[in-house]
Amino acid sequence: MLTAVLLFLPLAAALLLLLTKGATARALALGASLIEFALAAYAAFAFKTTGSGSFNLDYAWIPSAGINFHVGMDGLSLLLVLLTTFLVPLILLSAFKHKYDNPATFYALVLFMQTGLIGVFTSLDAFLFYFFWEVALIPIYFLAGAWGGERRVAVTLKFFLYTVVGSLLMLAGFVYLYLQTGPAAGSLAAHSSELSAFYSLKLSASEQSWLFWLIFAAFAVKMPIFPFHTWQPDTYTESPAPATMLLSGIMLKMGIYGTMRWLLPVVPLGVSQWQKPVIILSVIGIIYGAIIAIRQRDVKRLIAYSSLSHVGLMAAGVFSLTQIGLQGATIQMLAHGVNVVGMFFIADAIERRTGTRHIPDLGGLTRRTPILSVCFLVMLLSTVALPLTGGFVGEFLLLAGVYQYNAWVGAIAGLTIIFSAVYLLRMFQRVMLGPDSSFSETITDLTGGELLILVPLIALVFWLGLFPGSFLHISEPAVTGLLTQVGR
Amino acid sequence: MTSIILLSVFGILNLFLGFLRSNKVLLPGAMLLLLAVFGANYADWNAGHAPYFNNMLVVDNYTVAFTGIVLLTTIVLLPFSRSYVLEGDANLAEYYALLLFSLVGAIMMVGYDHLLMLFVGIEILSVCMYVLAGSRKRDSRSNEAALKYFLMGAFATGILLFGIALLYGATGTFALSQLGTAIATPANASLQPMLYIGILMMIIGIGFKVSAAPFHFWTPDVYEGTPTFFTAFMSTVVKTAGFGAFLKLLAVALPAAQGFWMPTIQAMCALTLLLGNVGAAAQTSTKRMLAYSSVSHAGYLLIGLVASKGNLTGDAANGIFFYSLAYSIATIAAFGVVKLVVDHRQRDDYAGLNGLGKTNPLLAFVMTVSMLSLAGIPLTGGFFGKFFLLAAAAGQGYIGLVVFAVIMSMVGLYYYLRPLIAMYLRPAEADATPVPVDGIQTATLAFLALLTIVLGVAPGLLSGIL
Repeated sequence: MLTAVLLFLPLAAALLLLLTKGATARALALGASLIEFALAAYAAFAFKTTGSGSFNLDYAWIPSAGINFHVGMDGLSLLLVLLTTFLVPLILLSAFKHKYDNPATFYALVLFMQTGLIGVFTSLDAFLFYFFWEVALIPIYFLAGAWGGERRVAVTLKFFLYTVVGSLLMLAGFVYLYLQTGPAAGSLAAHSSELSAFYSLKLSASEQSWLFWLIFAAFAVKMPIFPFHTWQPDTYTESPAPATMLLSGIMLKMGIYGTMRWLLPVVPLGVSQWQKPVIILSVIGIIYGAIIAIRQRDVKRLIAYSSLSHVGLMAAGVFSLTQIGLQGATIQMLAHGVNVVGMFFIADAIERRTGTRHIPDLGGLTRRTPILSVCFLVMLLSTVALPLTGGFVGEFLLLAGVYQYNAWVGAIAGLTIIFSAVYLLRMFQRVMLGPDSSFSETITDLTGGELLILVPLIALVFWLGLFPGSFLHISEPAVTGLLTQVGR
Repeated sequence: MTSIILLSVFGILNLFLGFLRSNKVLLPGAMLLLLAVFGANYADWNAGHAPYFNNMLVVDNYTVAFTGIVLLTTIVLLPFSRSYVLEGDANLAEYYALLLFSLVGAIMMVGYDHLLMLFVGIEILSVCMYVLAGSRKRDSRSNEAALKYFLMGAFATGILLFGIALLYGATGTFALSQLGTAIATPANASLQPMLYIGILMMIIGIGFKVSAAPFHFWTPDVYEGTPTFFTAFMSTVVKTAGFGAFLKLLAVALPAAQGFWMPTIQAMCALTLLLGNVGAAAQTSTKRMLAYSSVSHAGYLLIGLVASKGNLTGDAANGIFFYSLAYSIATIAAFGVVKLVVDHRQRDDYAGLNGLGKTNPLLAFVMTVSMLSLAGIPLTGGFFGKFFLLAAAAGQGYIGLVVFAVIMSMVGLYYYLRPLIAMYLRPAEADATPVPVDGIQTATLAFLALLTIVLGVAPGLLSGIL
C-alpha cells in the first residue's frame, strides 16, 4: 500500500500544480517531494524492522489480458526509490534558481516523471513496467525539449526516437515471453505478465539468445552502452540543468536496474551467451567515454562523457554476474546518482554566474569562491573514486566483480579511475585554478540556498563512503535472490 | 433497433428544425438528439440476441458496442461545426440530418445478418458522405473531393454488389450464418472459383470503404478537399463501421474460406501499414498527414481481422473494438484542433501549429494526447488498442506481421511527433493571437483528452466486454 502512495503522491501533486502559480507552486512542488522522501525513508525504516511484505499491492488491472497492477519493493527497489525521492527535492530546488517560462508546468513534469521512475523501480508486472518506463520518458522529453537549448529540436527528437525504439523492442520481447506463459493457444486472459511467471519460464537457449537483445535494447539505450550512446552527450548538454540531473542522476539507473531485474533472471541462458560481447562493449564505453571527455571544452559535455564512462563500468560489473559486481553496481547507482547531480549542479552554478560553460573562458575562479571550490572538489573526488567517498566503494566493488570475471578485463576497466582523475582534475585545474579570467574578480560564492542542495549531497557522498554497509545490507538479499535466479 | 428508428425520425425532425432558420438551436438540438439515441442504444446492452426484418438485422452486444462508438464519435464531433453556425450556413440543418441518416447506415453495417442489409447500409452511409464531401459548393477542392469520392465509391459499391451476387450464386443464400455453413459444405466445392471471385470482390469493395491499401489511393485527396469537419467523420465513423462489417463478414460468413482470404488480408495489411506510414511521414500538411495516418490505422485494424479467426467475441474482436474507440476519439480531437487552428491561422502545414503550446495550452495539450495515442505511446488508449491487437495476433502465431507492424509504428513516431515539436519547441509567429475556442468546444476537447487517458490508464473498463 505504501508503494501505491509513493507512486501516486507525486502524480496528484503534479496535477494540483497545474492549477497554481508562483510561490504557491514552488511550495507545493517542494512540499510534495519532501513528503515523498519522508515516506520513502519511513519505508526504509519499515523494511529494516518488518521486511518488505507490506509494500506489495496486487490488483487486477486488465483482467481480459491477465495483466495486473502489481507493485512491491525489495531491497534493491527500495534503494532506488530512496535515491529518486532523495534527489527530486534537490533537483526541484535547483530548478527554483532558474527563471523558466511556466514554472508550475516545469515542476509538474518533474513530479510526473517521479511517478514514472518510482513505477519502474517497483513494478512486478512486465507490462506495468513497460508502462511506467514510457511514462518516465514523456515528461523528460518535454522538459528537455520545451526548456532546452538552441539545438533542442533535433537533439530531443533523436533522444525520443532512440529510447522509444529501444523500448518497443523490449515490449516485443515481453509480449513474446507473455505468450509463452499459460496454455499455448488460449485467450489472452490465460497468460500472465507477472515477473514471477517470467522467472519460471523454461525457454530454450536459442530463444533466449535473441530475446536477450530485444529486451536489452531498451536498457542499453537508456544507460547508455556504447554504441547506443550517441543521443546522450547532446541531450545532456542541450537540456536545462534540472532535466540533465534527472536524466543522468535517476533515469540512467532505469537501464541498470532493468538489466538486473528484468534481463539477467529472465533470460539467463541468453545472458551467459552474450555476457562476453556486452562486457567488451561496456569496457569500450569506459575507455571511449574517458578519452573523449579529456578533449571536451564544455563543462557539461565533459561530465556527460564522464558519465558515459562510469556507466560502462556499472554495466560491466552487472554482467560479471558476481555477487560483488551486482552489489557494487547497486551502491554505485546511488553514488553515481549523487555525484553526477552534484557535478551538474555545480556546472550550472558556474554557468549562472559567468554565463558560459566553455572551459578556456574560465579560470582562477577559486579565489572568490572558497566554498564552491570545496564542494566542487568533493564531488569531483567522489567521481574519481577517492577512498572515503561513495564513488570509491562502488567502483572498488565493481572492479572486484569484473576482476573475478576476467583479470585482464578488470585491469582495463580499472583504467577508468586513472582516466577520470586525468580529465576531471584537469577541468578543475583549468576552471577553478589556473590563470585568472574575466570572471575571477566578480564571481560570487555559493549562496545559502545553493548550499542547501549541496550539503545533503556531500553528506550522502561520505555516508556512502564511510558506512556502505548500511546500504549494501538492504540490497544483499535481493541481489542474492537475483543471482540464484540467474544460476538456476 | 430503437437507435435506427430514433435516428431516422430525428433526422427528419432536424430537417424541420431547419425551417426555424436559427442555427443556434440546431447544434445543441442535434447533440441532445444524439445523446438520446446513445442512451437508447445503451439500453440494448446485454439484452441478448434480437433479430429484426426476418433475420436481416440483428441487435446484439457486438452491434451495440460498435454503434456506441459511432454515436459517441458523432456527438463529440458536432461542436466543431460551430464555424458553420457562425457563418450562418443556410444548409446546416441538412448537414446534421445527413449525418444522422448516415449513422443509420453505419448501424446497419455493424448489425447486418444478411448481405443485402450490408449493401443498403453501405449505400446509405456512402451517399450521405458523397454529398457532405462536396458541401462547400463554391470551393473547387471540395467539389473535386466529392466527385472523386463519388466515382471511386460508386465503382467500389458496384464491385461489392457483384461480389455479393457471386457469393449468392455459389451458395444460394444471403444470410450470414447460412453462408458460413454453405461454404463449409464439401459438396459445394465445384463452385469454388465463383465463390472465391465473389469473396475477393467483397474484400475489394469493403477495403475501399475502410481505405485499405491498395484501395486507399483516393483517401488523401478526398480527405484534403473535404471540409475538415466531415473529414473527421469519414475517417472515424466510416472506418469503424467498415471494420465492424468486415470483421462480421469474415468471422461469420467466411471462416471456412479462411485459407483463401487470409493471405489476401495479410498482404493488404502489410501494404496498408507500409503505404500509410511512409506516406504520412512524407506529408507537410497536418490534414494530409492525418489522412495518411488514417490509412495506416486501417492497417493495424486489419491485423485484428487476421487474428480474429472466425471469432466475434475473442481477443482480436475485442481488440478491434478497443482500437476503433481509441482511434476515433483521438482522431476527432486531432481534427478538431486542426480545424480550429486552420480556421484561425489560415495555414495547414506543421508550421501553422508553431507555438500553440504558448497561445493555446489546452489545444496543444489535447493535440499532444491524441498524437501520443495515435502513435501508441502508453498512458493513452491508443497504446492498449495496439497492444491488444498485436498481442492477439502474436498469440495466434502471426509473428512476422506483428514485427512489421511494430517497425511501422516506429515510423509513425516520427510524424506524430512533428506537431508536438511545432507546438512546444518552436516559437509562434510574433503576431500570433490565441485561437478562439468556445466553451462547448473546450469542454469536448477536454473530455476527449480525458477519455483517451482513462482508456490508457484503466483499459480494463472496456477491454474484453464483447
